[in-house]
This record gives sequence, C-alpha cells and structure tokens, in this order.
Amino acid sequence: MTKQLLKGNVAIAEAAVRAGLEAYFGYPITPQTELLEHLSARMPELGRVFLQAESEVAAINMLYGALSTGARAMTSSSSPGFSLMQEGLSYIAASDIPGVVVDVMRGGPGLGNILPSQGDYFQVTRSAGHGDYRPIVLAPASVQEAIDFTVLAFDLAEQYRHLVIIALDGLIGQMMEPAELPPMRDINTHRPDWALTGAEGRPKRMISSLYLQAEAQEAVNRRTQARLKIISENETRWIEYMTDDADYLLVGYGSAGRIAYSAVQSARRDGLKVGLLRPQTLWPFPSERLHELAGQVRGCLVVEMNAGQMLDDVRLAVNGRVAVDFFGRMGGIVPMPDEILGAIQQMQHERI
Amino acid sequence: MASDQIHKAIVFAGFGGQGIMFIGQLLAYAAMDHGYHVTWIPSYGPEMRGGTANCFVVVSSDPIGAPVAAYPDVALIFNRPSFDKFEPLVRDGGLLVVNSSLVEQQTAREALDVVRVPATKIASAVGSERLTNAVLLGAMLTVEPILPITAINAALQAHMPAHRRDALAANIDALERGSQHVRKQNPELLNSLSI
Repeated sequence: MTKQLLKGNVAIAEAAVRAGLEAYFGYPITPQTELLEHLSARMPELGRVFLQAESEVAAINMLYGALSTGARAMTSSSSPGFSLMQEGLSYIAASDIPGVVVDVMRGGPGLGNILPSQGDYFQVTRSAGHGDYRPIVLAPASVQEAIDFTVLAFDLAEQYRHLVIIALDGLIGQMMEPAELPPMRDINTHRPDWALTGAEGRPKRMISSLYLQAEAQEAVNRRTQARLKIISENETRWIEYMTDDADYLLVGYGSAGRIAYSAVQSARRDGLKVGLLRPQTLWPFPSERLHELAGQVRGCLVVEMNAGQMLDDVRLAVNGRVAVDFFGRMGGIVPMPDEILGAIQQMQHERI
Repeated sequence: MASDQIHKAIVFAGFGGQGIMFIGQLLAYAAMDHGYHVTWIPSYGPEMRGGTANCFVVVSSDPIGAPVAAYPDVALIFNRPSFDKFEPLVRDGGLLVVNSSLVEQQTAREALDVVRVPATKIASAVGSERLTNAVLLGAMLTVEPILPITAINAALQAHMPAHRRDALAANIDALERGSQHVRKQNPELLNSLSI
C-alpha cells in the first residue's frame, strides 16, 4: 500500500469500512460531516447499511440495536450531537456490548462553534452518559493514528465487549496528511454467543441494562470494574519524546500534543531540556508512567485546547511530586508552539 | 527522494472561489509524492471571519508537529483583505507573493522578500481568471524552490479529478507563466534554477 493524502474524517470512515463495518448510523454536524458523507457513498456501494437518522438520539439507539445483533457498527458526531447521545452510550456500556463512537470535538459549551476544541475530555473520560463506568478513549494526533485507532477501536471493543470512543479535535478531523489505509478485511459473519440472532432452536438471550435488585446491579458493577481493571493493565498507550534527560515535561494529546512536540523542538534549540508525554489513550490514562517521570523533572506543563481538564488526571498521577502548570486555549483557538514555549520559559523562571 | 532539509509553513489566502484550497492541496500532493512530510488544513480558525478563505500547508523533511504557524515562512496573497491579515504575520526573512492584479498595497516591511505578480491578468491571458492560483504557485516556487515545478505538473497529472482533466494543460501553462514572470524580473534566478 502507498500513502494517500487523506482528510482525518474521511480516513476514519474508510478505515472503518476496511475494518469490516457493517452498519453506520449518524446525523451530520460540522466538523465531523465528511465522515458521514464518505460513508453515505461507500456503504451502499458495498451493500452495507448507511442510515442518516432523524437525530443523534435516534442514531445512537439504532446503533444499540445493531450492536445487539453482534454486527460491527458505529456512529459519529461532534460535541453538541455527542451530548445528545449520552443516554444511549450509557445503555450500550451497561449492556456489555462492543460499540465504537467517534466524537470530533468542537468549541463549546452549548452550540459553541465549529472550530477545534478538546472541551469534551471530562465527558468522554469520566463516563460517557450517566452511571459508573469508563469507556476506552482513543485520542489520535495524526491522520495515520486516526486510521490505526479506528481499526484498534473495533478490535478492543470486541475483545472486551466494551464501549470505545475515538475522541479527536476538529483540527485532526479537517486536516489532510499522507497516510496509509489498512487492507480490506472481510466482514466477520460469525455472531458471538450473546448476540440476538433469533432464538429459533436455541434458548433465548436477553440484552438489557435494567437490574432492579440492588445485589444484581452491584454484581454487574463489580463485573464492569473487574473488566476496567484488566483494560487499564493492558491497554494504556502513550508516546514519549525526549523524556530521557528532560528537566520539564509537557503533557498533551491530540492536536495540542503534536503542537507541543514542535514546542519541544524549539525549546531544545534554545538549550532547554524539555520532553513530551502524549497520551494516546485518555482512558486508561498513563498515570503510572507520569508518576515515574514526575520524579525526574522539575515541572510539568499540561497543554490542552480547553480550560484544563486532563490537568486533573495529570495532577492525580503526579500526586504532588512536582509542580504542575497549565497552558490552554479555548473557543476554538489552536495554541501555537511559540505560546507553549513562552509558558515553558515562564515555568522555568518561576520554578528554578 | 527528498534529501534536502526543509521546513516551510505556507499560507494561501484569498477570496472563496479563487481556488485557494485546491492550490494548497496540489502543493501538498506534490510534496507527498516527492517524499516530504506534509500537512494541509483549511481555514479553520477565527481567520474565517472577514470574507477570506485560506489554507495552511506545512512541508518538511522531518515529521511535522504543529500543522499551523503563528508566523508563516511564505504567504501567497490573492486579495487585499488577505494582504492586510497576513502581511504583518509573515516571519522576518520570509516571502510574500502578492497578486498585484488585485492588491495595490505595498509592504513597508524591509525584512520581507516580496514578489509582485499580476497573476489574475496573466491567468486571463492564459485562458481563465480561475488559473490565478497556478500562476502564483509557479511564481512562488521559482523564488522559493522547495519543489521543482515539474513536481507540481506531475501531481496535477496524478491527482486531478477526472472531471477537471480538461483544465490540465491550462494549469501547467499557468504555472510556467507565473514562473516566467518572476524570472524575467529577476534574471539572476535564471542561472540558479533548473526548471
């Protein structure tokens, strides 16, 4: 395969097709719409299901139904539309069925604007929807990662029978970069032993998220927590850049993470020993590694396109070992490497 | 393939309809085919306000972090509002390529290299005002030869959608006319370039 110049949104859509996506349900919203647009042509061409729902509430519940049959299915949206999906996300998670949902984050709160943001960090990492669980959250920082994480999302979802959210900011969705698509996989027609396939000739199966007895509900909660523990032990992913000798550590994901990478290069040219940790999974979060690195640096600087959300997770991980500062831009403004460099210099000045 | 060490942030700015997005993508395709790292992003920030359309292309011999730059290395200015917006932002020592058919304004900044090309007029002579974008790109690559113009021609051949292929020859012509204009004004470039 050779590299193609691909837009992030289109790349995710085509990667999903090649990963064996059988059904897509969605509703258009900027800056995510190219994803839906690509699938509106590709899925019918392949004889697969593309359905533009009447709303995001409908789309997520259509997804719930399709997933219950054991099919590879997904939906996608952007922040306000993703909010509308919260109830369905929680039901899917509580039903122990594998699901993939893409959130191309835009400025908020409210309708906000169509510009890139990372304002949904709390929403995606704490528990998408109500209840007491965490979805797996993948945060790509390039078009290639967006492709790779789409394929990974389906595999992780099925391996753990768990909800996976691909959370990217609008910049990654709108950007074109050379990237390589995976080969076309056959659709997996095998249906797992929990799937609703019609009970003729076998005992009935049931998918539900309703447990009226406290003991039964707690047993489900315990099972979920046990699964989350296994996931956090095995699926925490991150990238490090020049952390070996770093005096200061930048922490950023998605676009903020790749812009922080440029800031590290500028800082190094100025003789400042700066490194970067870029979480690829926002949940599970690379807390242990951060705690370790906090023991060898003089300060951490968290960079986000929000008012400071992952900042909480970094502070929990660092647990007071070293000062944690924050640099963020909001409202759809993309931070520039020079601004981040300025924040590093200020931190160095204040924390000598 | 790409052996030279380069890192250039280039902004293309003009009205919607002037082919800003396409010409940026064309440079991105050529850079990719040449083996460089490249990113392209459409006007996707507060700069969307004020009637300008723009896109950012970063071409680099190394993996690219920021796909944007506060102070771009090169700006291709298609109209007056874009001049007002980006002329102050191009970094010192950077290059300003101005469509002088629509922009009379002169820069007061001495630290900039400035190339003024009557691109819309040249494009009309080639066949259509819509080729303004190719004229300006040809001019830019003649002063700032990060890729040979032949690489752009090859990218046009390889990536132009089927329904636009009738415009292929005119685009190649427009790129060359933009380059010629710059070489005529700056004869010293004739010797240093292998176009």
